[in-house]
Amino acid sequence: MDDLYRELIIERYKMPHHRGVLEPHDISYEDENPLCGDHIRVDLRVAEDGTITEAAFSGHGCAISQAAADLLMESILGKHLDEVKALGRQDILELLGFEELGPVRIKCALLPLKVLKAGVYGLGHHEFETLGEEL
Amino acid sequence: MATETYILDVARIRADFPILQREIRPGVRLIYLDSTATAQKPLAVIEAMDRYYRWSNANIHRGVHTLGEEATALYEAARQRVARFIRARKAREIVFTRNTTEAINLVAYAWGRSQLRTGDLIVLTEMEHHSNLVPWQILAAEKNIRLEFVPVTEAGYLDLETYEHLLDQSPRLVAFTHMSNVLGTINPVREMAEKAHRAGALVLVDGAQSVPHLRVDVQALGVDFLAFSAHKMLGPTGIGALYAREDLLEQMPPFLGGGDMIKKVMLRTFTPNDIPYKFEAGTPAIAEAVGLEAAVAYLEEVGMEAIEAHERGLIAYALERLATVPGLKIYGPVADHRGGVVSFSMEGVHPHDVAQLLDREGIAVRAGHHCAMPLHEKLGLTATTRASFYLYNTYEEVDRLVEALHKVRAIFE
Ligand SMILES: Cc1ncc(COP(=O)(O)O)c(C=O)c1O
Repeated sequence: MDDLYRELIIERYKMPHHRGVLEPHDISYEDENPLCGDHIRVDLRVAEDGTITEAAFSGHGCAISQAAADLLMESILGKHLDEVKALGRQDILELLGFEELGPVRIKCALLPLKVLKAGVYGLGHHEFETLGEEL
Repeated sequence: MATETYILDVARIRADFPILQREIRPGVRLIYLDSTATAQKPLAVIEAMDRYYRWSNANIHRGVHTLGEEATALYEAARQRVARFIRARKAREIVFTRNTTEAINLVAYAWGRSQLRTGDLIVLTEMEHHSNLVPWQILAAEKNIRLEFVPVTEAGYLDLETYEHLLDQSPRLVAFTHMSNVLGTINPVREMAEKAHRAGALVLVDGAQSVPHLRVDVQALGVDFLAFSAHKMLGPTGIGALYAREDLLEQMPPFLGGGDMIKKVMLRTFTPNDIPYKFEAGTPAIAEAVGLEAAVAYLEEVGMEAIEAHERGLIAYALERLATVPGLKIYGPVADHRGGVVSFSMEGVHPHDVAQLLDREGIAVRAGHHCAMPLHEKLGLTATTRASFYLYNTYEEVDRLVEALHKVRAIFE
């Protein structure tokens, strides 16, 4: 439990490496967690062959969601969009270094991935919700 | 360390609440500061429900057997106790519902749909819980009714000047909370009700936060409808109540249809039952009514005036102590005008993180919008952290909260 606020999380929350907006961008998507009102936007620049060349997030949220967003942006640089589609809950837990998270906080941790995947799939809101269930 | 003196015998009270003995982690005792969300239950309530299931369980208003008689008597005794507790004239002015939310929906559905017409006005306020907003929004969309809102001032009070202007537009109903679940503001119900009546409007008060914490007298306050939930007043979840003046209940068509709410049913028509049964379709929450009665008995024994005074002491102390935490912004009025609720935000730290870090110390607070999104929007926030107090909380617990907040500060600095 104490682990939740390890240095990595606090550092990334206070001084994120990939915070910002990309204008222009190839992909952009935003959404919120209705439970807490946390809001995340993800912008990507993507090369012809589908490789992600730049990634940034913006919005506001708790330390967990913000750190997850920052670490996620870092991890997808240079990856192909298809690889992003394959990312899931376990990948986020690994990035954050958690074995598990409670049912409330897991939503915070997964919000950036939900937003990222919805952007990559180019989905509207409805499909986005179902996607969230699968995570 | 706190040296305040107690109005209540808090040590004795705490012994009545088994959950307060719980350790959240080995050596870390629970400090429960989330009674605004739901209160903890004394043994008297837990045992009353247990006894009911072990000894008297039966359906009500139907069996003539001993258990059926007993269960019916217990259920109706609960109604009488609740009626006396809020000083209703008659027990039949109490309709049991699932909670505050359902009680307000009942009024919107049964009274609103039958009595309101296109263009009619309902006055609400910006500090309402979603349960006193959404039912009216639904009704407004369906019947083309206008909604207007009394603004909340910077200091966390209702803007009563604007309220009077809105009354000039002859609203049919004014619906507002007695005590804000976010700011803790205690609204001047009697004064507001009097003005509303003079303008020809009926008054619905959301008593979810006041009935558990203050002496509420529907006659003295002059309210026409009052909604509240058992679970916030030491009782079980699953039961709440609507108080409504007898003549209004008589006027209103049924809410839900089914068993118990009828006198007679033909294939194509039915005759509704008398009030309040007309509004209680189907088998109700009987054990929960028994629990509610035990909760009210407990509150009465301790005394609502003493509970209120105890909470005033705690909130005054908490406001004073919280002001010493760097970067902490506190919302809402001064201690004299608020109940035992305080919402705050810590600069640079998300409310979820504050709540999670407090949980490490065994301190249960709530983080979020507390079902009052429009109010948070007004405050320019998406969420706050909220601590709330009840009869079992202590000055030491306030100290622990403040210490823990200093620690949170240190982690994020
Ligand atoms: C002021 C206020 N109104 C209404 C409610 C809704 O109560 P319930 O969820 O029991 O219906 C609450 C509970 O949070 C409240 O604080």
